[in-house]
Amino acid sequence: MALPSSRTGRPGPLWAVPALAFFALFALLPMLIVVGLSFTRWSGIDQPQFTGFDNWAHLADDAQLLPSFRLTVVLTLASWVLQTAVALPLGVWAAAPGRPRAVLAAIWFVPLLMSSAAIAILWGLLLDPNFGLASVLGPLVGVDDGNFIGNPDLALWVCIAVIAWQFVPFHVLLYQGATRRIPETLYEAARLDGASKLQRFRAVTVPQLRNTIVTSSVLMLVGSLTYFEIILILTGGGPGTATRVLPLHMYLEGFSSFDMGYASVIAVLLLVLGTGLSIFVTRVTGYARMDSQTEGM
Amino acid sequence: MRMRRNNGRVVTAAGIAVLSLALAACGSSGPSDSASGGSTGGTDGSTGGSAAGGKGQLWVITDASLNPLQKASVAEFNKSTKSGVTFSVSDFANDPYKQKLQTAIGSANQPDIFYNWGGGNLKQYVDAGQVADITDAVNAAADFKSKLIPSVLDVGTIDGKIYGVPMQGVQPVMLFANADVLKAAGVDAMPTTWDDLQTAITKLKAAKKTPIALAGSQGWTELMWLEYLLDRNGGADVFQKIVGGDKSAWGDPAVTQSLTMIQDLVTEGAFGTNYSSVGYDNQGTLALLAGGKAGFELMGSWEVSALNGNFPKFAKSDSLTWGKFPTVPNGKGDPAAIVGNPSNFYSVTNASKVKEAAEEYLTTQLASDTYVQGLLDVGQVPAITGLEDKVKTGDFADFNAFTYDLVKNAPSFTQSWDQALDAATSQTLLTSLQKVFLKQMTPQQFVDAMSK
Repeated sequence: MALPSSRTGRPGPLWAVPALAFFALFALLPMLIVVGLSFTRWSGIDQPQFTGFDNWAHLADDAQLLPSFRLTVVLTLASWVLQTAVALPLGVWAAAPGRPRAVLAAIWFVPLLMSSAAIAILWGLLLDPNFGLASVLGPLVGVDDGNFIGNPDLALWVCIAVIAWQFVPFHVLLYQGATRRIPETLYEAARLDGASKLQRFRAVTVPQLRNTIVTSSVLMLVGSLTYFEIILILTGGGPGTATRVLPLHMYLEGFSSFDMGYASVIAVLLLVLGTGLSIFVTRVTGYARMDSQTEGM
Repeated sequence: MRMRRNNGRVVTAAGIAVLSLALAACGSSGPSDSASGGSTGGTDGSTGGSAAGGKGQLWVITDASLNPLQKASVAEFNKSTKSGVTFSVSDFANDPYKQKLQTAIGSANQPDIFYNWGGGNLKQYVDAGQVADITDAVNAAADFKSKLIPSVLDVGTIDGKIYGVPMQGVQPVMLFANADVLKAAGVDAMPTTWDDLQTAITKLKAAKKTPIALAGSQGWTELMWLEYLLDRNGGADVFQKIVGGDKSAWGDPAVTQSLTMIQDLVTEGAFGTNYSSVGYDNQGTLALLAGGKAGFELMGSWEVSALNGNFPKFAKSDSLTWGKFPTVPNGKGDPAAIVGNPSNFYSVTNASKVKEAAEEYLTTQLASDTYVQGLLDVGQVPAITGLEDKVKTGDFADFNAFTYDLVKNAPSFTQSWDQALDAATSQTLLTSLQKVFLKQMTPQQFVDAMSK
């Protein structure tokens, strides 16, 4: 890592300029503007007015802030657990050769090709309690009237399931690719030692996928933290405020209440949370050290 | 190296959360979208000044049946005006339009004439000093002014000054019903009193139907119940006080009384059990009504064209029926009063360089015979007096005549609250009301939340 680039033949800093410029223009600059906006009152019609720490003080008396934060934590953790639990085994399974696997892998890739809006509208129709799939499936799972997205206790979980439906294929793809790169010799050695299928999965596959698990987890965690399109279209944050997660709270404050200043405060909070979370995950898992998983082979 | 790049990606992901806000910030100085309206030049083309001609922009909402009419009336004006000014029409989809207007007004890319909802929606632009006072121009065109239905023009009038004139049909809210379902359940007539409605609900429940279809996943459909009940219980003045900025008026006993009546309806199962999952935009309630699964639905007059678009057979049949919102016991309100969207409005921006031509367009075109007939032809009842005979034509002659009389005879036409109030208050109102319907909030808690 400390080797000078010229001696290793690796690209010099100059090569990073386009990426850095892009990053500065579309990530750093908006962040700075948002921090600036958080100190103003701005409805979008007139010029932003500097109001000092008014918006930040408003955080204290925003009764929706803590509930929204709690919903976001639940959504983020549940999405991470659910998506990993589904994507990891599926990815490993799909990595093995065979036509049925290839066909199925292609089919469940489909949600990835659809826009979030299309997915949300599609599920909105499916979840209509009188005419949608919800009216058929509801009674089978104890929801006799098909009232899924209208039930404050269920709505968030339905959103989590739909979001998982959208993103699991992507993570399956990650795991599939990573599994195919695990050296076959490791499995041969494990087989010689008499390891069962499950033991091989636990002792060889999962440890070998360690870096992929971290990458996938960071994407899921930070992604869920800032994700809201499907919720916006599916429930609009309702019923009541049952699915009004923090990023959606930000959006509604900004673009429905036209309180851009306060929305910017929430945006800054999300920015800090997201960055903090990803740094935390990479530190705790030792991902940053970039240890080789095939050392000594 | 690899580590740094990965951290960069992480920050990028977090940055997406803030990007949308920052884009809005840039939006006010960005170039104006040229929409499908066939506009050839931006507003900067209007530098010529009003006397020496110039170009103007008119912004409307995308509407397949109305846009051709709007464009035709602008073309007519461009041909006949002596001002030398020509206007072009740009149309935008409904929700993006509100956001676009919000950021464009006051910038160099603003329109000269813009479509709006009147009331609180218009007032925020007026308060920001962005809308032209057109009182004098409208008063000068006495012929034009006398044709407008006063209760509708009121919604474009703020603090006694006219800032907007109605440009499309009236949209009162009324009670719709499936007559076949009612008849099968033993309900012979549309309910005219609250007791009638209660009896109908009991009978419909016994017949295993959802008594009232409600698209509870969208708060504005629930709002219609509160709007009408407050109007019937306490009269139109209560909400007028609220709109006037008197938050303590939310504490009027009629508000809690109306909310209690709503919760009673919920408790007795008037809306069924799964109404909070039902949507209007995905035709959830339309299907309930047209499919014979529900008896009533409270909805704006656009319900008929919405039904006609999705269930034309039902819409054109005698099964579809309608009536006024019922009276309530000991109500202070006038039983002829209505709520809904009085109309949509055209306003002129203050900074427009073709202000006089814009005023000329509004006063000469919007009540013209061609324009009025055009509206009638697409099933809209214009906010124009003296149309008794004209409205009784076409596929929905009965319905149009009913709507026309309803509006003409209404002592007050209260604008939908979510349009009349400012955006932030509307947000609180809609979420709080959803919670009242879910019984997560008591009427008193609702009042406390709104009076804050």
